[in-house]
Amino acid sequence: MITGFILRALEGKIVIAVGILLAVAIIVPALNLLTPPDSAFHIPTYVMALMGKYLCYALLALALDLVWGYCGILSLGHGAFFALGGYAMGMYLMRQIGSRGVYGNPDLPDFMVFLNWKELPWFWYGLDMFPFAMAMVLIVPGLLAFVFGWFAFRSRVNGVYLSIITQAMTYALMLAFFRNDMGFGGNNGLTDFKDILGFQVQAGGTRAVLFAMSAFMLALCLIVASAITRSKFGKVLVGVRDAESRVRFLGFRVENIKLFTFVVSAMFAGIAGALFVPQVGIINPGEFAPANSIEVVVWTAVGGRGTLIGPIIGAILVNAGKSFFTGAFPEFWLFALGGLFIAVTLFLPKGIVGTIQHGWNARKALKAAADAEKGRDAGAAPTVQQVQAAE
Amino acid sequence: MNTISETRTKSLLYLEDVSVSFDGFKAINSLSLVVEPGELRAIIGPNGAGKTTMMDIITGKTRPDTGKVIFEDTIDLTKKDEADIAQLGIGRKFQKPTVFESHTVWDNLELALNRSRGVFATLFYTLTAEDKARIEEILVTIRMTHRKDEYAANLSHGQKQWLEIGMLLAQEPKLLLVDEPVAGMTDAETAETAVLLREIAKTRSVVVVEHDMGFIRDLGVKVTCLAEGSVLAEGSIDFVSSDPKVIENYLGR
Ligand SMILES: Nc1ncnc2c1ncn2[C@@H]1O[C@H](COP(=O)(O)OP(=O)(O)OP(=O)(O)O)[C@@H](O)[C@H]1O
Ligand SMILES: [Mg+2]
Repeated sequence: MITGFILRALEGKIVIAVGILLAVAIIVPALNLLTPPDSAFHIPTYVMALMGKYLCYALLALALDLVWGYCGILSLGHGAFFALGGYAMGMYLMRQIGSRGVYGNPDLPDFMVFLNWKELPWFWYGLDMFPFAMAMVLIVPGLLAFVFGWFAFRSRVNGVYLSIITQAMTYALMLAFFRNDMGFGGNNGLTDFKDILGFQVQAGGTRAVLFAMSAFMLALCLIVASAITRSKFGKVLVGVRDAESRVRFLGFRVENIKLFTFVVSAMFAGIAGALFVPQVGIINPGEFAPANSIEVVVWTAVGGRGTLIGPIIGAILVNAGKSFFTGAFPEFWLFALGGLFIAVTLFLPKGIVGTIQHGWNARKALKAAADAEKGRDAGAAPTVQQVQAAE
Repeated sequence: MNTISETRTKSLLYLEDVSVSFDGFKAINSLSLVVEPGELRAIIGPNGAGKTTMMDIITGKTRPDTGKVIFEDTIDLTKKDEADIAQLGIGRKFQKPTVFESHTVWDNLELALNRSRGVFATLFYTLTAEDKARIEEILVTIRMTHRKDEYAANLSHGQKQWLEIGMLLAQEPKLLLVDEPVAGMTDAETAETAVLLREIAKTRSVVVVEHDMGFIRDLGVKVTCLAEGSVLAEGSIDFVSSDPKVIENYLGR
């Protein structure tokens, strides 16, 4: 049963993408660690760190594609799940500092000592243990998505209204995390990390492993997402996107379908955030900023929603563009991003991958029609409709 | 004449004194209707008579303000939602044909198939030989075997109507509510649809809403004429169409 579920995921494009990701997971760290800095093949650490960041963003975009591209839920709050995963990892990393902090307190992170706190708040318990922290990376975003989705989907909040409340959710969390008395480090967030699982966060080897893990987790989540979307459940998802009432009147519980997908997606986003934090060395409430979540939508749209691969490509391309722009002409980045979104919406509504797929299918259909024309048989007479079929 | 208590004990669907209003406008006005097991019933009536709204009430989309809606003598449908009611065995074809356009004809039927609809059951579902045979059988019934791999988006209006009827069959309902099935169909298709619906009604109850009087005549079944949210006349097509109230409110227009 489970094997069938996973095997179904491994369709052509997905196999290729997973293959590329696994190759990247090995080759990039190898070139970083094993080649001398003056070699033409050397990948500097800062480039690897940047690429690792893009992979985390790609996983976040994949998460959004699952709910938006397949289920039609335009979440403008996925940055919140990403940030929560990041905070869970950040809290683990803070606890690893131990007495090496500025104040040398073995139990309390520096910012708590600074605030004159005497003991660790209960919600920090257990986060010094890696397995527990990793469970929280999944559970906290998943639980928020569950509670949020439970109310939203049951009351049939849809479309723009849903988008607006997801945006409100991430904004509210941002304001909460900015407060010092919340116990998450206020506006400074969590930083100055030292170790992860006993290895120095800044060490070359650790960075290489973190990079490899990002590529690996992206590949794994891609397989899971593909397995979900290619199952009967995935077909129901697309049904919910295109004709929600039809699905309901066929006897499916649309709210449960949405809830499951939303929770899985939030967990993907949490994993992305958790991998992001040790690679950039900081997590602060800015990650909850509503604009961040909107950027994810742009990446996904650019790459092509409802394609799984598209959002990954979109996230990498747009963020590479962002790195270039913010280096070369920082003041233009926001205009470029806005312009890109408008251009894609107007001229490339299916996104990059969607457009390529569309062209490919149209060609195949034309060819099939031409073949059928040759060996014309009454039942399967080719029609213009068949050509349009592929579109 | 049957008294209410007599009809209640053997009806499949029983509506009594149902009313619903939208912003003060009474779309359904103390409507009563009984559908027997195995019955094929036609419903006619002018635009805005409340035919679609009646289906909304039966299928749980709209809650009536007052009145009883009872399925199989005991089940109170006003307490249930769309998914529950569909699982109880009431299928519905919408006035505007609604199929999954980005899925193939085959996938549309597979999704509609009366199988466990839970999240995990659908995640791990694999097509069994039995389900395959059932889908093929339905494809034959709706005469779409040769188009099974076609995307539903590319079907003609009439074919979408048929596919939707096929999806309802896959659902294996006890009661089928069909809203304007021949809208947008050619005369030949309309005649075929009448044959198809009669065939379907051999094994279950069907309620058909239609404006096409020729089609209603083809069906040759008991007709209910609705107007302004309540029943104007009920009986054979000849009886109903000679009723002066029906002529004034509907046919005479
Ligand atoms: N959700 C709603 N909100 C407000 N008014 C509604 C709603 N649903 C139906 N109505 C009104 O109720 C009346 C009955 O509509 P209904 O669609 O049931 O008519 P119908 O008999 O199906 O007509 P047609 O033959 O045109 O399909 C109409 O006047 C319609 O405008
Ligand atoms: Mg109607």
